[in-house]
Formats: sequence, structure tokens, C-alpha cells
Amino acid sequence: MKITSLDQLQKIKEQGFRRTYPDKIKVMVGMATCGISAGADKVYQTLADKMAELGLDIVLEKTGCIGFCQREPLVDVVYPGKVRLSYQGMNPEKTAALAEALKEGRIFLDNILCRIDEEELLMEGTVRPYANPHPVELPAEIPTYDDLSFFKKQVKISLRNCGFINPERIEEYIARGGYGALYQAVTQMTPEEVIAQVKDSGLRGRGGAGFPTGLKWEFCRNAPGDIKYVICNADEGDPGAFMDRGILEGDPHAVLEGMAIGAYAMGASAGYIYCRAEYPLAIEHLKTAISQAEAYGLLGEGIFGTDFSFKIKIREGAGAFVCGEETALIASIEGRVGEPRPRPPFPAQSGLWGKPTTINNVKTWSHIAPIIARGAEWYASLGSGQSKGTTVFSLVGKVNNSGLVEVPLGITLREMIFDLGGGIAGDRAFKAVQTGGPSGGCIPAEFLDTPVDYDSLAALGSIMGSGGMIVMDERDCMVNVAKYFLDFTRDESCGKCTPCREGTLRLMEILEAITEGRGQQGDIEKLEKMSELIKKTSLCGLGATAPNPVLTTIKYFRDEYEAHIQAQKCPAKVCKPLITFTVIDDKCNGCQLCRLKCPVEAIDGAKKVVHKVIQEKCIKCGTCFDACKFAAIGVE
Amino acid sequence: MKATTLEIDDILERYPKQPQHLISLLQDVQAEYKYISPEHLALICDHVGVPLTQAWAVATFYKSFSLEPRGEHEIKVCLGTTCHLKGGGRLVEACERDLAVARGHTTEDLRFTLDTVKCVGACALAPVVMIDEDYLGAASIPSLQKRLEKL
Ligand SMILES: Cc1cc2nc3c(=O)[nH]c(=O)nc-3n(C[C@H](O)[C@H](O)[C@H](O)COP(=O)(O)O)c2cc1C
Ligand code: FES
Repeated sequence: MKITSLDQLQKIKEQGFRRTYPDKIKVMVGMATCGISAGADKVYQTLADKMAELGLDIVLEKTGCIGFCQREPLVDVVYPGKVRLSYQGMNPEKTAALAEALKEGRIFLDNILCRIDEEELLMEGTVRPYANPHPVELPAEIPTYDDLSFFKKQVKISLRNCGFINPERIEEYIARGGYGALYQAVTQMTPEEVIAQVKDSGLRGRGGAGFPTGLKWEFCRNAPGDIKYVICNADEGDPGAFMDRGILEGDPHAVLEGMAIGAYAMGASAGYIYCRAEYPLAIEHLKTAISQAEAYGLLGEGIFGTDFSFKIKIREGAGAFVCGEETALIASIEGRVGEPRPRPPFPAQSGLWGKPTTINNVKTWSHIAPIIARGAEWYASLGSGQSKGTTVFSLVGKVNNSGLVEVPLGITLREMIFDLGGGIAGDRAFKAVQTGGPSGGCIPAEFLDTPVDYDSLAALGSIMGSGGMIVMDERDCMVNVAKYFLDFTRDESCGKCTPCREGTLRLMEILEAITEGRGQQGDIEKLEKMSELIKKTSLCGLGATAPNPVLTTIKYFRDEYEAHIQAQKCPAKVCKPLITFTVIDDKCNGCQLCRLKCPVEAIDGAKKVVHKVIQEKCIKCGTCFDACKFAAIGVE
Repeated sequence: MKATTLEIDDILERYPKQPQHLISLLQDVQAEYKYISPEHLALICDHVGVPLTQAWAVATFYKSFSLEPRGEHEIKVCLGTTCHLKGGGRLVEACERDLAVARGHTTEDLRFTLDTVKCVGACALAPVVMIDEDYLGAASIPSLQKRLEKL
């Protein structure tokens, strides 16, 4: 059925509402890639089996990632009219016990992460309570969603539906206000009015560079030509970042609706989503979403019975980081080697197949429908200064709480790491936070009170980037981190321009020498000089930002470089050629654990006899260090 | 390996004879045969009408194409930033020792291909290893060895 009127959209919405909020108990399993990696598929299967076995009359659904990836597998149970409980770290045994409890009409009290009392219907600006007033007695120690520091400061716009709907059901997206903004734009607004809203909202691109989205759209709209394209950049090449994956897997329609509104505003009739091949589930969900939207006439010919037509195709990446750069991405869609070209002309003038083209990131697109539905003023009231709204970060590394978080811009790094992230794992000391991936930098403790926004992070020599936030502790070596990123950019440099191709290689060689104890006096200065040159002369952003990890680590952790060069010491004890493992005699009680675990038989000893590391055989893998229960392995 | 493979002609027919479909065709052939043989590369060139040098340039530029046969099982150890910091390097080294094969290569009996990837997007569960289509989160050397023994 094609939806051509508000009435029809409303009908599907009601239908979706009954699906999303059934009268029966509803059990949702978080089945995004993070959930599956933690074993959610087994949990889901256990529930399906138990339902059949016990004749359980419940609704079982898959949902996307609610963000707390580290506590996966997550299972949510909605007791209609009572409460929603979120269960963490579920396994098949616990899941079976949960099913038994449901059968007996009991509330299962193990593994509870939190109680969720209400959910926000963002598009409408309302809140839907699961129960009002609260009829069930629950142990007081069960925290609410807002009690958890991980969730408390979050404001979810991009992630509005992740973990709340089944992403493979368009009706559930529509139930929570989906496609209402598209209806509003296409039937009640002129393209210029849509662009004005996006401009006034202050939204800036979330893919890295932070260019004002409305302005970009205006360039494209004003560019001469009948054929125009919109592209969603879902290449997400930064290692250690998975925001776009989370959105595409958990709420693909949020991106499709944004793209359709953009296409209407700019006068495009075709769009592409360029998604990296490493995200098979995201691609699957996108394909499903596109065909469902087409079936309802929300994509395709004559959307909502108007003369606006828009089609979306998916292109899979083929494993090249540089294809995230917009001109390389366009070359790749055209079937060519993904090499960037000089700009201007910008894609807005001459993009895909030489036509005016607008490329935006997944997160950027996902903000569009809420901006239209709630208005530019609402959006601009979030965030701070020149950085409006919210953005999604993947907060990972050495923090206690890892996952996807969406926060208003302007929150401080300290709040991110110590409130949302719950501080550093294992009571170690914080050392640095890396933002912006291979184009970004490492920020030390003294700047923890810096607000997270485009300008403040740039002032520190890093960038906001696309949303990777990787936290490092005292056991991470900053020279090693710089080497890691340079190895990455050297490998991913497309080779077209000399400064990037040769420059990253030379930087990498010097860093390699330093981490192997072959560093020379003057190396640091050489790194700095070469970095500046590469920044100034590279063809595209890859080369122009590649030196940032080197420059920031030198700027903030120069003493660590010096220790490597002058004393041939790695203070964090990471760089293998500079460390040795030994047994601390008076702590070793001869338990043999390390001897048995050593993969290369490099530990000598017998039961109750102090052990010894045979240095010639040792490969410095650290297995003994981790295995020892008595801290009897020393690293020097 | 799948019991039956599609004929190359069936894959070629999915796309019109236009150069823009070069990458999509390479992807489909890679997915079906796990590598792109010289014969297949030539057939693809004929179909989309690009010179072999250009197809070669594309096939070697992108990481997801292999011009050599791959092993029956593909093990991809993640070395994205988070996995790197959380010991992904040790996992690759362990695989190299256990399977007696260097990263980026295939065992002689064509049983295993050992590769590294730069982030599979499950960083909160680092370190992560992909074994064929399955993800192993919070991997350790013993948990990885156990999983490999089952293959
Ligand atoms: C080397 C390189 C890699 C990039 N990778 C990505 C990426 O993976 N995802 C992305 O959205 N933008 C990436 N960008 C930025 C894009 O070129 C472009 O600025 C962005 O997609 C525009 O969308 P936005 O305005 O919504 O941010 C990359 C840029 C460079 C130079
Ligand atoms: S860094 Fe390994 S999954 Fe992201």
C-alpha cells in the first residue's frame, strides 16, 4: 500500500504502536553486532526455544543497541502497564531462568542493569511512561535508567530509536513519529524553507570536518543542473569507532528519512549509501529498510502523492580508508580506484558523474528529521557556542563503561570519561584520550575540563572527528600509539601525492626506530619539521591530518619520547625491544602457572621452586605477567 | 567452501555492461569464489568494457579483493585502535604460532587464512576476532584457541 495522505500515515502509525507496545509481555534482545559478538544470538535462540517448550504467550523481538555495549548481551522485558527491566550480561542459562520466571508470572531479579520507567518520543517531544503510577514493588537497590551515570547525561537524537524498536519493522519506526517530518517537508514546506530550518539549527557535519550542513545544501540547491545526487557517507573508516554502525543497524529509517528530506530540499532524485563492507548487518538492515519504505511509497515515485520522487541505492565499500574522503568516495561509486582529487570543484558543483552532489555523514542525516519535526530553535537550544545539538561518541578503551553515547556538544572530557565512562578500569591512572581517529590527537589529563566541541578540541591540536573517543591509561605508551596511527595512515595512503605517500613512511620509520631503542638525538625535531611539511602540502585530508597523532603526543608527552631515545626505556613498558620480563624471586611461590601458560617454553622451574625466565627464548608476549596471581613477574 | 558455486556467467549477468559496475562485479566474484582468478578477471573486463590494467589497478587498490585462493576458514584478528590497545597484537602472534602461518597468508593445506582488520565495529568488546562470519568478543588466547580447535 502506498501512503499518500496523513490519514494513511496515521493508520500505519496506530498499527505500529500496537506492535511496538503490545498488551503482552515483550522481550527484546539487543542484536546489533556488539550484542552478537557477546553471544546475543544464543540468548535469542534460548528464548525462542523456551517459548515453544513452555508455551509462553509473550512477544519476542530483536532490537538494536541501546548503547551499553560492554554489558551485552542485553535483554529487556517490558511488563505492560508495569515496568521495563533491562538485564545485562545474559547467557543461555540465565535466559532460560528468565523464561521460567515469566512462565510463573514472577519478576526475574538477577542480572538487572536498570529499571526503565519511561521512554521519550523525541519526534513528538513527549514522554511515554511504562507505568503510571508505579504498581510493582521492586527492590530499592535496582537503579533507574537515569540513576546510571552512563545514561544520565545523554540526550538521544541520532540514537532516538536504537534499543527501542525492531529496526527491521518500518511500522515501529513510524509508531515513534517516523516519516512525519518527511510528510511535513514534502507537503507543507518549500525546499527553501527546509534549507532555512537546517541552516538555523546550526547543524554541522558529523563526519569530521564540521562544515555547516544547511550551507552545503544551499550550494547544492543553487548549483545549475537538473540531475543532482545525495550521498550518505557510511564508510566509517576510523578504527575504534562504531557510531554509524550503531545507527544503521539499530535505526536505518532515521537515515533514509533524513536523506529523503535532503533530496527534496536540494532537488535530487537519486541517492547512494556508501557503506563499508565490514558492516554486513548494517547493509542487511538498510536493504530491508529501503524495500519497506518503497512498499509504502515513502521512497520511489511520487512520494506522498506529490511529484517528488527519490530512490536510494546501496554501494558497498571494498576496504579502503581513503574512500571515506568525499572525492575518493565518489570515484569508488563510479567504479574506479578510490583516489581523491583536488577541490575545487567541490562536489556541490561537480560530484557524482559530474553532477551537483551533497555528501553527508550517517549521523548528520539522522539529525534532519528531528530538526524538521521539532524546529531549528529547539535543536539550536542544545549544545554550545558554534557547536549546536548532540553527537554520538563511541567511548571505548580503558574506561569502565564502554559503548555508544550521545551527548550535547559542550560537555567536558572529564564528564565523558569519568561520569559516562565511569572512570578508568582497574583503578589505573588516566593518561590520555584520543579523539578524531588517525586524523586526531591525544589529549592529556591537564585538559580534561575542555568542552567537547569543534573549536575547543581543534585548539588542543586534536579534532572532534567523527566520534571516536579512545581512553588510554598509564599502561599505554604514547610513542607506540603515534606509531600505530602512522602505520595505519602509511598503509592507507592512496599513494597519489608524494608528501603523504613518502612522508608518512618516513615518520613511521623514525617512530619505529625510537620504539626499538634506535632513536637518535634530534629525531623529535625531525618528526616535528616533517609533520608540518606533510600537513601543508598533502592533497587531501588524509595526509593533511596524518601527522596530528605525532604532533600531539610530542607536544603533551615529550618526556616519554625522550625516555625512549636517551635512556632506551619505555616508561609504560609496552615497546618490546625495550623491556624484559623477569621473575621476582621473593614473590614467586613456584605455582607453575606461568610456566604452563608460556607459549614458547621460556620459563624454567618446578613445583615450589622459584621460576626463571629464559631470556633467549622469551618473545615478550606478556602471558606470564597476566597469568601470575602473585604479581611475581616484573617488567623492566 | 559452499557445496555449489554459481557459474561466473550468472554473476556477470547481474550487471549491465558498463564500467561503473566493475567494483560491484569484483565484489560478487570475490564473495562467491573467495578470490578473483586471472580468468575471472579477464571475463569481468570483457563484460564491463575496461582494460585489464584498469581492473588490475582496482583489484589491487581495495583490500577486500584477493587475487590468490583463500583458505577454507578465514580468521581476522582486529587490530583497530581499541583492539590494539587491548592486546589484539598478542592474539595475531598466537595465531601465527599455532597455525604456523604469517598474517596475510594462507596455510599450505588451504585450511586457514590469517588476516588482520582495522576495526569491525565491536570495539566495546575488544579484543575481537572474526572467524568466518562469527564474532568472538573479549577474546583471549585460550578462548581463541578453543574456538579454532572446533573448526
Ligand atoms: C581520509 C578521510 C577519511 C574520511 N572518512 C570519513 C568517513 O569514514 N565517514 C565520514 O562521514 N566522513 C569521512 N571523511 C569526511 C568526508 O570527506 C566528508 O567531509 C564528510 O563525509 C561530509 O559529511 P558531513 O558534512 O556530514 O560531515 C573523511 C575524510 C578524509 C580526508
Ligand atoms: S578496534 Fe577492534 S572492533 Fe573496533
